Amino acid sequence: MEPRAAVIGGGIGGIQAALDLAEMGIEVLLVEKQPSIGGVMAQLDKTFPTNDCSI
Amino acid sequence: MKNSKRSSGDSTAPRIGVFVCNCGINIAGFVDTKEVAEYAKTLPNVVFVRENLYSCSEAGIRDIKQAIIENKLERVVVAACTPRTHEPTFRAACEEAGVNPYYFEFVNIREHCSWVHKDSRDDATEKAKDLIRMGVARAAYLEPMEPIIGDVTKKALVIGGGVSGMTAALELGSRGFDVVLVEKDKALGGLLRALDEIYPWGNKASTYLKQLVESTKTNTHIEVLTSTEVTDVTGYVGNYDVKLSTLEEPIRVGVIIVATGAVPLVPEGAYGYDARSKISMYELEVMLKQGKSPGKRVVMIGCAGVRSNERLYCSRICCMTAIKNALLLRKRYKAQVTVLYRDLMCYGTRNEEILAEAKKAGVRFINFSDEEPPLVEKEAVKVKGAILGREISLPYDKVVLTSALSPAPTNESLSRMLKVPLDEYGFFLEAHVKLRPLDFATDGIFVCGTSRWPATITECLEQSIGAASRASTFLATGSAKVEPIVSVIDPEKCRGCGLCVAVCPYGGIELVETDQGIKARTIEVACKGCGTCGATCYRGAITMRHYTNEQLVAQIKAAFAKV
Repeated sequence: MEPRAAVIGGGIGGIQAALDLAEMGIEVLLVEKQPSIGGVMAQLDKTFPTNDCSI
Repeated sequence: MKNSKRSSGDSTAPRIGVFVCNCGINIAGFVDTKEVAEYAKTLPNVVFVRENLYSCSEAGIRDIKQAIIENKLERVVVAACTPRTHEPTFRAACEEAGVNPYYFEFVNIREHCSWVHKDSRDDATEKAKDLIRMGVARAAYLEPMEPIIGDVTKKALVIGGGVSGMTAALELGSRGFDVVLVEKDKALGGLLRALDEIYPWGNKASTYLKQLVESTKTNTHIEVLTSTEVTDVTGYVGNYDVKLSTLEEPIRVGVIIVATGAVPLVPEGAYGYDARSKISMYELEVMLKQGKSPGKRVVMIGCAGVRSNERLYCSRICCMTAIKNALLLRKRYKAQVTVLYRDLMCYGTRNEEILAEAKKAGVRFINFSDEEPPLVEKEAVKVKGAILGREISLPYDKVVLTSALSPAPTNESLSRMLKVPLDEYGFFLEAHVKLRPLDFATDGIFVCGTSRWPATITECLEQSIGAASRASTFLATGSAKVEPIVSVIDPEKCRGCGLCVAVCPYGGIELVETDQGIKARTIEVACKGCGTCGATCYRGAITMRHYTNEQLVAQIKAAFAKV
């Protein structure tokens, strides 16, 4: 059986989980209900405490 | 060399595209990006220039890729922010559009221009032009490269046998990876061994610990070595050779997880601490575990030894530990407990409830100000209640100082062996507080639990499972991909003196026997491209890929020659 995983939610948590799985060589389906991934973090400008731009 | 000519009239000159990012108002608010973009058009070899509102956004990336294809761009210069977060993004965009990712040049006009020259728009704009001119000059000399792939030994080392280390080892073991778990004490368990009940659910620490130790010891993939310390580490991601105090031969592992934990601070000198009538919270935990009552009248004092002077940090777990134990003393011994606090941190979904429960059960909470800390006298604690505005005297049987977790003294030597950094207090420092919280900057080494920062057991578990997951990305694929920006040694010029081997902070160069005598050789997987060897080599035999003399000289010349 081909190892495949589904990640529900494309915010920062979902994206990181999907990336880690992909790096392990597992095919991932990332599902997001909004038109684009990023979640709340995509709406932020700079984030605490490093003041990096959040996207 | 093909595609690295300077004059724009030449047919072999590389076609360079420049993208100037506004970063919303972050750059455009302080730099005249329109003027900068116009200027970029006048630079040699530049055939395309575009301003983007946010270059790193989905639309921005799409725009860059489209421009590369439509204008047959061969080099891409993005003038935006820091390469730390966005260089991988733009490199990937180049690759997807068919341009080698190392044909990409990043120019930082946010940190280096708009943010530092907020008061002078003209100067910031001029500096942005200078930096882009330099970037374009270098771009012409960039060379294509492919990532380096190294093999990974499918075995992990976990340092520290507390709750974090055991959980990380179990997590890896359950995935079928072999793990060596080393613990410097005689027994597994770490700090958990001294605890009575664990908040927020009031479980017995000993029951939980027994199960955890049992699972760890019976897992066939985990080899537990107690009374063992790490004495030396060499190697690089995928192949670390680790010397242990109890084994003669070094062991080879692919990845390392640091879970060495923290130590309870002994609050010497704070509030008359004497380990008898004035004890630390850790000592109270030990008493409770042994079933001993601290007496009927207990006064707890928060933030003892932290959030001031040499320890500015907040240890995070102490407030909840105090509230949990206050409630426990109230319930178990009907003790009269007063908690004196500077601030109360009850973050999360369950902790505030415990505070409410404690108040309801009759635990008294009195706020004091930083300027007027409580005074611990022989019979009573005197405190000026910040809300009441008057002094209260609290007779006591025991004063409990809610003291912090502090970094383990062994952190320093271990950090040197692993070549990973510590923060200003001596805790291990992750690669990026938000983006890479469980990685070290050194590939293949990870951190979890209280060795990184004071954390609750729940947080330790989250981090250890996370670190094991990060480590699995190397173990599962059995290969490690690293940046090809490494040192290149010219064997003709090299005399095998070994100076470069001595100065390399990453163990990235070795001396090898060849037909031409002893020569230095780069271990490409280990090399970080820092350039220390290149600067040291008196024979000029070492150059850095992606930072060649040709590229840097072109950049320097452009810095001083306005076009």
